[in-house]
Amino acid sequence: MSALPAPLLELRALSKRFVKALDTAARLARLLGANAREEIVHAVDRVDLAVHAGEVVGLVGESGCGKSTLGRLAVGLLEPSAGTRLWRGEQIAQLSASMQRAIQLKIQMIFQDPHASLNPRMRVADIVGEAPVVHGLIGRREQQEYVAQLLARVGLDASLARRFPHQFSGGQRARIGIARALAVKPEFLVCDEAVAALDVSIQAQVLNLFIKLREELNLAYLFVSHDLGVVQHLSDRVLTMYLGRVVEAAPTQEIYARANHPYTQALLAEVPRLDSRRKNFVSIKGEIPSPLTPPPGCHFHPRCPHAMPRCTIEQPDLREIAPLHFSACHLNDAA
Amino acid sequence: MSAPTLRVENLRTYFFTRQGVVKAVEDASFSVAPGKILGLVGESGSGKSMTGYSIMGLVDPPGRVVAGRILLRGQDLRSLAPDDMRRVRGKRIAMIFQDPMMTLNPVLRVDTQMVEAIQAHADVSRAAALERSRDALARVGIPSPAARLSAYPHQFSGGMRQRVAIAIALLNQPELIIADEPTTALDVTIQGQILFEMQKLARESGTALLWITHDLSVIAGLADEICVMYAGRIVEHGSVDEVLDAPLHPYTHGLIDSVPSRGRRGEPLRQIPGMTPSLLDLAPGCAFRERCTRADGACAQDPALSAPAAGRQVRCFHPLTQSAIA
Ligand SMILES: Nc1ncnc2c1ncn2[C@@H]1O[C@H](COP(=O)(O)OP(=O)(O)OP(=O)(O)O)[C@@H](O)[C@H]1O
Ligand SMILES: Nc1ncnc2c1ncn2[C@@H]1O[C@H](COP(=O)(O)OP(=O)(O)OP(=O)(O)O)[C@@H](O)[C@H]1O
Ligand code: SF4
Ligand code: SF4
Ligand SMILES: [Mg+2]
Ligand SMILES: [Mg+2]
Repeated sequence: MSALPAPLLELRALSKRFVKALDTAARLARLLGANAREEIVHAVDRVDLAVHAGEVVGLVGESGCGKSTLGRLAVGLLEPSAGTRLWRGEQIAQLSASMQRAIQLKIQMIFQDPHASLNPRMRVADIVGEAPVVHGLIGRREQQEYVAQLLARVGLDASLARRFPHQFSGGQRARIGIARALAVKPEFLVCDEAVAALDVSIQAQVLNLFIKLREELNLAYLFVSHDLGVVQHLSDRVLTMYLGRVVEAAPTQEIYARANHPYTQALLAEVPRLDSRRKNFVSIKGEIPSPLTPPPGCHFHPRCPHAMPRCTIEQPDLREIAPLHFSACHLNDAA
Repeated sequence: MSAPTLRVENLRTYFFTRQGVVKAVEDASFSVAPGKILGLVGESGSGKSMTGYSIMGLVDPPGRVVAGRILLRGQDLRSLAPDDMRRVRGKRIAMIFQDPMMTLNPVLRVDTQMVEAIQAHADVSRAAALERSRDALARVGIPSPAARLSAYPHQFSGGMRQRVAIAIALLNQPELIIADEPTTALDVTIQGQILFEMQKLARESGTALLWITHDLSVIAGLADEICVMYAGRIVEHGSVDEVLDAPLHPYTHGLIDSVPSRGRRGEPLRQIPGMTPSLLDLAPGCAFRERCTRADGACAQDPALSAPAAGRQVRCFHPLTQSAIA
């Protein structure tokens, strides 16, 4: 085998814990002997991930399982509690400050919540066009034309550039977030539910743009989405997370044809379909595990239809069960 | 047939901006019967959320409802005094906003907000209100609901915030719920749980639902009827089967055609050609004509809403027919 180039971005055993400090009342209670303790959320638990230039990695998982946190760690917006981040094979934390800033610009994120991430006092022309001017990617005089081009690519009329974020609809705002991330010509883009607020036609336009940028500029993506059809369409590889851990990873065709982990299987089984009408929706069976008090053993066992006694005690390792297909489930040991 | 819970007649909501008038909602009429679910779909920016805001009486200047009637069980909400409208909001009508932070106050703990929402409309103790809040969180699939009650919104994930907003809407068992893209941040298993609760509410309590979404597959399984909006106007209306299986309006047809289908991975997706017109000072004529393959000279006039069959409406001079759909 010939040596592959180092991945564009690599995360090694990355973890993030959020600690909810005790408030005054709880601290006082503890002084008096009550059993109050800090709440800790293991939002991301020892995740490994390598993304190569031009590659699209899809990330799916339960709401609250740590996808956005992983995305924020990947772009460097959050400090990891443990683990390392590498850019083209080099540990980012050990590079000079100016190198780190340069890399920072190459890694952009489209946020799940555009409202909170767009400055309400700035006009769209500056939200999208200021950073590329500041970083010398374009000249000040080119800004207007550059912004107009970017807006057109996400299906927005150039006349909207004078508006402020609150003057837009939800999907229009989401597209401003996309235009802003693309404006600084990133090499790696974290898309956190980037197309969730768009109608299917505009969604198709934006996805086509993503595919084109990948072909033209070798742009790499970490594509977080609850829409399994979109993930399938776009990704080379898919990762499934459950309660902070990666539980399955495989090439797209493989995972959609032969999902191994029971949670991935549940996801694929419940995809809503255009041709199923007047469904009787059913309540989730079993208790939804809490990230505040994660169950021992396999985190999915309270909901898993195949859970065995062992699953409540022992955490399954992520193992290669077929070429490039990884899964963390004890069922794979049975055979 | 029972009288509708909500009837909207000829609603017009405009924004009077310095650049000109934005007609966000133009002559929209529809109704929702008790226990029924009406899906509202359409182009991004076509006025779906503003329709919801108008019903809630929450359109901010420079926007204003300029015409139309909004009848809740026959009572015109536009004629209510602000105080009376405040009592209707959150009690008789609840809205799940597209952005959950419209509902949630970032500096208050979730329990404070939920207890407040209950006590604003009913004389219950704090303990009872807390218990109801905890139950509501559990119903929308938030694990450890008791512990999560004492958290602040920023300590939740996007989908958890969305579920808290849904839980708040459920608190007072309203007659009408306007749900604006309520499940975009949820995985399909948790989404199923929410849809289960919503369906139960409609069937058992007779709550009427106006369900705004771009997810046609969710609407297919959940709704009874669909309205399609384009550039501020309702362009098509019918039962779920009629609209999804035999769309009459060229926009609806293009929309259904853009749903990513399997087996064409990485290839360009079909999209409707051209761009949404700006709603600012929109010229007369069909707003879809620049993008429509069926357009001709007639389309320079405003098409009226016609009713080709009972319960079926379309706003187009040259609607598709059954046979025209490939
Ligand atoms: N304050 C404002 N000033 C001017 N125009 C506005 C303002 N607020 C909203 N609009 C415009 O009103 C139109 C309708 O907006 P609305 O939020 O109802 O769209 P929507 O159908 O909900 O779209 P989406 O699916 O993207 O959420 C949009 O074109 C938007 O740009
Ligand atoms: N700032 C924070 N403080 C405390 N806990 C947090 C914080 N941010 C996230 N969490 C917790 O970390 C966990 C993972 O959250 P995250 O936002 O990464 O989930 P997600 O997978 O993106 O979910 P969704 O699909 O709902 O957006 C959740 O339990 C959440 O409550
Ligand atoms: S390890 Fe056990 S509980 Fe976990 S997914 Fe596999 S069978 Fe289910
Ligand atoms: S009225 Fe004309 S332009 Fe408009 S949708 Fe119908 S055929 Fe197309
Ligand atoms: Mg998230
Ligand atoms: Mg909207």
